[in-house]
Amino acid sequence: MNAARPELELVDVSKVFQSRQVATRALDAISVSVRPQEFISIIGRSGCGKTTLLRILAGLIKPTSGAVRAEGRSLWNGEARDQETIGKLGIVFQDANLFLWYTVAANVALPLRLRGVDRKTCDSRVSELCELVGLKGFEKSYPGELSGGMRQRASIARSLSYRPGILLMDEPFGALDALTRDRMNLELQSIAAATRATVVLVTHSITEAVFLSDRVILLSPRPGRIRSITDVPFARPRQVDLQTRPEFQDIVRTLRHQLDEGPHEQG
Amino acid sequence: MNRDRLMRLLPWISTPLLLIAIVVVWDLYVRYSGISEYVVPAPRDAWISLLALLQEPATWTVHIWTTLLETLVGFAIAVVTGIAVGAVLGRVYWLESMLRPIIVALQVVPKVALIPIFIILFGFGVTAKIVTAAILAFFPIMLNVMLGVRSVSAGHREVMRSLGAGRWQTFRHLDFPSTLPYVFAGMEVGIVFALIGAIVGEYLGANEGLGNLVVVSLNALDAPRLFAVIILLAALGSVLYFGVTGLKRLMIPWHESVQQNQSG
Repeated sequence: MNAARPELELVDVSKVFQSRQVATRALDAISVSVRPQEFISIIGRSGCGKTTLLRILAGLIKPTSGAVRAEGRSLWNGEARDQETIGKLGIVFQDANLFLWYTVAANVALPLRLRGVDRKTCDSRVSELCELVGLKGFEKSYPGELSGGMRQRASIARSLSYRPGILLMDEPFGALDALTRDRMNLELQSIAAATRATVVLVTHSITEAVFLSDRVILLSPRPGRIRSITDVPFARPRQVDLQTRPEFQDIVRTLRHQLDEGPHEQG
Repeated sequence: MNRDRLMRLLPWISTPLLLIAIVVVWDLYVRYSGISEYVVPAPRDAWISLLALLQEPATWTVHIWTTLLETLVGFAIAVVTGIAVGAVLGRVYWLESMLRPIIVALQVVPKVALIPIFIILFGFGVTAKIVTAAILAFFPIMLNVMLGVRSVSAGHREVMRSLGAGRWQTFRHLDFPSTLPYVFAGMEVGIVFALIGAIVGEYLGANEGLGNLVVVSLNALDAPRLFAVIILLAALGSVLYFGVTGLKRLMIPWHESVQQNQSG
């Protein structure tokens, strides 16, 4: 019974942004079930509402209608966020958003300290995480001294610190160069495997989405609707040269066509 | 010796050289321009005056002490009130827009023009100077804190929100450390303003303090002593300023204004 329960679930979610004159329907009737330990990517053009969707999943904004559930529990109790359920989510933002006044170690430990975890446990968890994300030896550095890729590693380590079952990532590698990005993709795959986390990744890159995901959700814009859900059947762990295989490229091509269909074809 | 090391040593080499150059030019000017020694004394005379001044116990126990006390107490008041008012005005937008015309008006008024009023109100003692120092230092600190409170990054706020941080936790881990560089930026200006406030206050009416010593030397037409007191004031100002920047280095070693000077 438990195994069949979706880890993360959106049921008929819509979001309308109301400004003084106009109401913009950003998302319309989105329903998604994410299985435990599944890796899902959300792609779509700029302005299709994918970041809004992730922020709804993260409990940062409340949907206008519909339900959001993590591990079977709603993120919202009426108008209030259910902090315990939201505490099962780890969020990696587009910008690393590290606190410049804390060292890498203190940044990674911040969520634990907010939860009142004692210093000794924090320290051992920090060194474990820095090992995992490849930041060993940089624990005492300040974020200002790190490269963009390393900052994003630290940000991932921070979001993993309290062992969330679900990792939500909003274009985490968008600002990185192509080579660093490939490396980070490989590492994200192994991090997801090692932590057995369920991952939802928002990205601009079709290749990245197909390479990492079990399923790719394509959103069409205005209003944001699910255009297609594509299964990506390749075995794990996946190597970079998978990207040159024809089967891989077929999936990428199909998705690119769907993406190109444009906003003139509403929905 | 590599470039970075040289860059770091540069001020330690250039500053003494520049000072020597200034003294040499000063000396040559006095020697060959024929200017009266009552107007510009020779560097040697100013130096002798300075040594004599430093040997008078009253210089330390009365004058330096008084000026230092006025400056530091005024500055401390400005720091406390500046941070408090700046933080409130930075957060409470309606209050800030309500008070903005008054704040601007108060800023625009040359505040040293108010010193006679303070002297009427508080007399010739240290109180009038403390008030002047505090008011002069208050504005840069308050304005910087207000800016700092408003400059907390939205992304950082979102991180704290997603981690379910409470109000106090958010203040302690985010608002406070994020605003500190602005506090120090205000304090660096504020400490200099506080000293100016104390000195000008002493010019206008005091029996003690380095500002009073300036006026007394002027009235006695003792140019070497006048220059000696001014040198002493410059030294005092430098000590106070470097005290604040030293505190900044200690408190926010992560900030770029500190790191730039340390890199290499």
